[in-house]
Amino acid sequence: MTDNDQLVDDIVTRYDGDVGMLIPMMQDVQAECGYLPPEQLRRLARRLRVPLTRLYGVATFYSSFRLAPKGQHEVTLCMGTVCHLKGSAAIMAAIREEFQVEPGGTTADRLFSLQGVNCVGACALAPVMIVDGKYYDGVNRDSALKLLRELPAEEAAETEVAS
Amino acid sequence: MTIAVKHLADPREMEAYRAVVKARRGAVAHTVRVCIGTGCAAKGSRRLFELFQEAAAESGADVEITNKCVGCHGFCERGPIVVIEPGDIFYQRVEEPDVAEIFRETVLGGRVVERLLYTDSATGAAATTEEDIPFYQAQQRIVLAANGLIDPRSIDDYLAIGGYSALSKALTAMQPEQIIAEVEKAGLRGRGGGGFPAARKWRSCRQAHGSPKYVICNGDEGDPGAFMDRSVMEGNPHSVLEGMIIGAYAIGSNQGYIYVRNEYPLAVEHLKVAIGQARELGLLGENILGSGFSFDIKITRGGGAFVCGESTALMASLEGRAGEPRAKYVHTVEHGLNDLPTNLNNVETWANVPAIVNRGGDWFAGIGTEKSKGTKVFSLVGNVVNTGLVEVPMGITLRRIVEEIGGGVQGGKAFKAVQTGGPSGGCIPAEHLDTRVDFDELTHLGSMMGSGGMIVMDENTCMVNVAKYFLGFLKDESCGKCTPCREGIAQMLYILDRITHGDGENGDLDRLEVLAGLLDGTALCALGKTSANPVLSTIRYFRREYEEHIREKRCPAKVCKGLFLYEIDAEACKGCGICKRNCPVSAISGERRQAHEIDQAVCTKCGTCLEKCPFSAILKV
Repeated sequence: MTDNDQLVDDIVTRYDGDVGMLIPMMQDVQAECGYLPPEQLRRLARRLRVPLTRLYGVATFYSSFRLAPKGQHEVTLCMGTVCHLKGSAAIMAAIREEFQVEPGGTTADRLFSLQGVNCVGACALAPVMIVDGKYYDGVNRDSALKLLRELPAEEAAETEVAS
Repeated sequence: MTIAVKHLADPREMEAYRAVVKARRGAVAHTVRVCIGTGCAAKGSRRLFELFQEAAAESGADVEITNKCVGCHGFCERGPIVVIEPGDIFYQRVEEPDVAEIFRETVLGGRVVERLLYTDSATGAAATTEEDIPFYQAQQRIVLAANGLIDPRSIDDYLAIGGYSALSKALTAMQPEQIIAEVEKAGLRGRGGGGFPAARKWRSCRQAHGSPKYVICNGDEGDPGAFMDRSVMEGNPHSVLEGMIIGAYAIGSNQGYIYVRNEYPLAVEHLKVAIGQARELGLLGENILGSGFSFDIKITRGGGAFVCGESTALMASLEGRAGEPRAKYVHTVEHGLNDLPTNLNNVETWANVPAIVNRGGDWFAGIGTEKSKGTKVFSLVGNVVNTGLVEVPMGITLRRIVEEIGGGVQGGKAFKAVQTGGPSGGCIPAEHLDTRVDFDELTHLGSMMGSGGMIVMDENTCMVNVAKYFLGFLKDESCGKCTPCREGIAQMLYILDRITHGDGENGDLDRLEVLAGLLDGTALCALGKTSANPVLSTIRYFRREYEEHIREKRCPAKVCKGLFLYEIDAEACKGCGICKRNCPVSAISGERRQAHEIDQAVCTKCGTCLEKCPFSAILKV
C-alpha cells in the first residue's frame, strides 16, 4: 500500500466509510494534497464502492474543489453585491488582463490561484480581497494589482497555506 | 478559566454548575470584550486581544481581569469594537496604539477615553454605551442578544447568561406536543426565506412514519450581502445547538446535522468547539440531563454551491451527491434525508427557539405584525452610513431601518432603492420606504424577506446593471438540472447584457417578462422560480431607466460603459497631463498647464482618466 492509499484509507476510516460523508472526505483529501489528485480519487471510489464518475461529478459541481494543483498564493476576490456596487468587477477585469488568469485558475508561473466568490460576508469592508487568508479592505484596481505584483515568489507552496 | 467539567446528570446538577460559574464571573472585577467577528477580525482585532493579554500580564494589578474574544456586535462599520466592564464602555475603531491607553485609563483607572467613543455626526454627542448609540436604539435583540457579550468558545459563558435553561425546561416540564404548541402560539416562521410556519413543519415531521428522523440546521447562507447566520454561528453557537436539541426532542429525532457554508471557517470552528463542550457536559449525546432523550449533531461543510441553500439540494449534498434539488410535491418532512422524515430550519429560526420556550409563545407573538411575529435580523449593507447587522421587530418600516439605524445614504447622496431577499428578491424604491417589514408586505412589493440581506443603493446605481448582476450570479449558480432555469436565466442575461451595452431593442422588456413568467411557472425549485424577481421588480419600479437604455442608449446613472461620455471640466483641469499620459488610446490632448480635451471619436470610455485625475476634473456626462 502506498502513502497515498494510506492517506485515503485514514480519511475513509475517519468517517466510518459512510458514503453520505463523501463531500467531507473529499474536502479532507483536498486539505492534505492541495487539490484532488486522480490516484486519490480512484482509491476513494474503490474504497467506498462508488463509481469514479460520481466523485468527478461532485468535484466539478462544487466550486471549492479543484482538480489541478493550486498556485503558491491563494487570492480571493469578493464578487458579492456590495463589492459589485463598489467596483469589484473592474478589479477582477484588471487582474485577469494583467496576469492572464481566469477566476478558478492559476497563473502560468503558479504564483497564485485566483477565485471570485459570491460574498465573504464582510460587507463593511467592501471591496474585499483575501490573500492567503488575510483580508484587505477597500481595495481598488491599483491597490489590488500592486498587492499581487508584490507577492513573494520563491517560498515553497506548503508554507503559504493560510492557517 | 473553565471550572472542572463534569457530566451533568440532571437539571439540578446543571443549576448547581451554573451557580458556580456565575459566582466565578461575579468575582472578576474587570472584563475586556474584544469583538472577533469577521469584520473586526479583518481589521486586526485578534492582535488587539493579544495586546490586552500582554497589558494585563505586565500590569501586575491586584484585581482579576478577564479579556475575552466575543462575537459580532453588528456595528461592523465602526470596528474593531472593544467593550469594557464595568460600565459597558463602548470603544469603536480601536487601533493597536490605543490598547495601552484603554488599559491604563479605563480598565485600571475607571476613566473614559473620550476620543474612542462613538460620536453622533448629527448632534455631536458622544455615546458611552451601546444603548446611547442611535444604531442600537431602534433595534430589539433576541437572536443577537448575547452576541458581543459572551465568548462563543465558552459554554460557561453561555450558561452564565441562562443558557440551556430552555432545554432543561423543555425536557423536564414539557411534552413534545406542548413545545410544538408553544412554537405555534409564537407564530414563528422560517427565517431562511420561505417564511413557512415552523410549528406546522415540526408537527408534520413528528407525525410522519419512518425512523430515524433527522433535524437539519441550514447554515449555507449563500445570498451575497448577507451575513446574519454567520454572525450567530460565530458569536453564539450554543443558542443554535440548544434550539436544535429542543426541536429534535419535540419532533422525535436523535440525529442532527448542521450544514455550514464553505466560506465560513470560523463558524465551523466555533460550532465544533460548542458541540464538543455540550457533549462533555452531557447536553448532547446519550440521555441528556437524565431525561432518557438522546440526540447528537454532526457538522458538514458545504462545497460552495448556492443552490445547496435549497432544502432538497442540501439534503442531496448531505448524502454525498451533487446538490441538485428535486420536485417539492414529495415533502421532506416525510421523505427527506436518506428518504426519511427530515425537518430543516435555518440558523436564525433555531436560535429563536430557546427564547420562545423560556419566555412563552405569547411573549414572542406580542412582537411584530399580525402574520409576522418576533424579530428579524438583517445585514444592512451597501451605500449606507452604518453598515452592519441589525435585529428589528417585524413591522418596523424600511425607512426607519435605512435612515434611523443605518444613518441614511453614504456621502449625502440620494436614496434610490433597497434590495431585499438576495438574488431571489427585488428592489424597493423610495416611494415604498414606509412599507412595514413583514413576510407578506415585502412579497406584495415584488420582493421578499429572504434570509435578511438588505442592500441600500444610492442614485449612482444603475438598476439595469443591478438586475444583470443578480442574473449573472444566478446563471453561474443554476445547478443545470431543469431546462427553464438553465436556459431561461441565460436568455434573460443575454437580453440584459445587450441592453447595458446599448444594443437593446424594442420588445426586450416584453421578452424579459415572458421569460420571467415561464421560469416562475415551470422551474423545479425556488432558485429558478424566483430568479426573475430582480428583473421584474426593477422593470416595475424603474421602467423608465430601462427605456432610456434601450431607446436613447443612455445610462442615467452613468454606470453602463459606452452609454455615457467622459468630459474634462475646463475649470477644474490644471493641465497636469496625468490623464493624457495614462490614456491607453491617446484620446486626450492639451498643452501643459492648459485645460485638456477628450476626443470622443477615439475615446473607448475605459474610465482610466477618471481614476487617475487628482483634481476630479473628469466628468461623466
